[in-house]
Amino acid sequence: MTGPNVSPWTKRLFAVTVFGLGLTGVAQMPIFSRYYIADIPGFGWLGDFVVTHIMHYVLAVAFLFLTFRFAATYVLSWRRDSGLTTSGVVRTGLYAALIATGAARMIKNFSGVYLGEWTVLVVDWTHLFLAMVLLGAVLWARWSGRSGYMAR
Amino acid sequence: MKRRTFLKTLGLAGAATVAAAAPGLAAAPPAAGDGSQPLATLFDLSKCIGCGACVEACREANAARYPEPKKPFPPMYPSRVKVEDWSDKRDVTDRLTPYNWLFIQSASVAYQGKTQEIHMPRRCMHCIKPPCANLCPWGAASKAQNGSVRINTDICLGGAKCKTVCPWSVPQRQTGVGLYLDILPSLAGNGVMYKCDRCYDRVAAGGVPACIEACPNEVQSIGPRSEIVEKAHALAKSMNGFIYGETENGGTGTLYVSPAPFELLQAAAPPGPGRPGLAPVADAMSFESTLAAAAFMAPVAAVAGAFLRAAKRGQDGKNAQDAQGERHDRS
Repeated sequence: MTGPNVSPWTKRLFAVTVFGLGLTGVAQMPIFSRYYIADIPGFGWLGDFVVTHIMHYVLAVAFLFLTFRFAATYVLSWRRDSGLTTSGVVRTGLYAALIATGAARMIKNFSGVYLGEWTVLVVDWTHLFLAMVLLGAVLWARWSGRSGYMAR
Repeated sequence: MKRRTFLKTLGLAGAATVAAAAPGLAAAPPAAGDGSQPLATLFDLSKCIGCGACVEACREANAARYPEPKKPFPPMYPSRVKVEDWSDKRDVTDRLTPYNWLFIQSASVAYQGKTQEIHMPRRCMHCIKPPCANLCPWGAASKAQNGSVRINTDICLGGAKCKTVCPWSVPQRQTGVGLYLDILPSLAGNGVMYKCDRCYDRVAAGGVPACIEACPNEVQSIGPRSEIVEKAHALAKSMNGFIYGETENGGTGTLYVSPAPFELLQAAAPPGPGRPGLAPVADAMSFESTLAAAAFMAPVAAVAGAFLRAAKRGQDGKNAQDAQGERHDRS
């Protein structure tokens, strides 16, 4: 996230949070154990579904705090100076959709909440698909020199 | 005559006698409940004679849903990924398999100076907070409003995560069947996971699970969970017995009442592959509600913080302007 008056450590924290969410999200698939990655010393936790699930939730808390702080600050002050870039709009939209589907996933795990078999399927697949699109969008923005969210 | 067939015959004969005396008891009641709360089942283990009628009924009711794998299986990489093939061992009934979603676990225990043979029909516990459904990343496992926990075999990829996170390792995998064959059969997935769904379709149609209907001794009953818990406590009190499943993993939809402690049953019938244990189980998903609450509070805190910061900046700007005005007036 780049914008006016965002400290470098906040930018780094945001980047680390997004990377962590991606990593622990992929770890929900049983692939790190299958492909020996969890066998590498120090990476065993990637093969523990409950540990990576807890980490995904904790990172989501940090991510939500940062994104809503950025969004509120944008509405209150940043937008007076400049608007979002195209790549900023794309990534912000993807984050919003990932937050919505992630929230639906959290809600469906509450006891007493039943979303229905096909709703669960659509929510899970959409969350997964959006995460893959976000990865592509982030790489495209970085490689094409469009990593800024705000027009200068 | 096999021991199990003999016991079943005895049980059926007994049930027929009771039914003749009181015809109302012969018909299995529909799964009660108004849908406002999940259903649960209660096993009175003091009644179970281990006849296997429930196992046979389960196999018969679900036969059309059993996997028919395509052979030869596609090679899978890396080599540590093993084929799990039960298609040539469909007759196995002494454990859970993709072709056997219910089995009888028997234990001979000595308790209070008496040796008892206790039989426990074992299948999915249908947890209130099922780790299999909560953690499935593919949307294949889900909990239904009636309390059943189901696996959608049309989309399951057979990664077996559900089995890994299940406290009782209930779901069982069959290789060579399912959606993974149409995606990347060599590189991802390994078949489909199978387990009891407590005869979801039968219950949804107003009936009862096949295992309940077939039981000659009315070992099992089904109803709204609060009523079943109440019934389990009354039953346990009447026999000075023990309850399993009420609080395990945060509560399940399957309660067992036994005349002997479950620690003794666990010791006499130790768990193994396809044979779930009876040890106390902590709530595996207890962290979720706390962290979810934090996740829903985080945006509120962030927005409130941003507003306070903006207000403070506005006030600071106003103060600076006032101070500047005062300096200007003095000069």
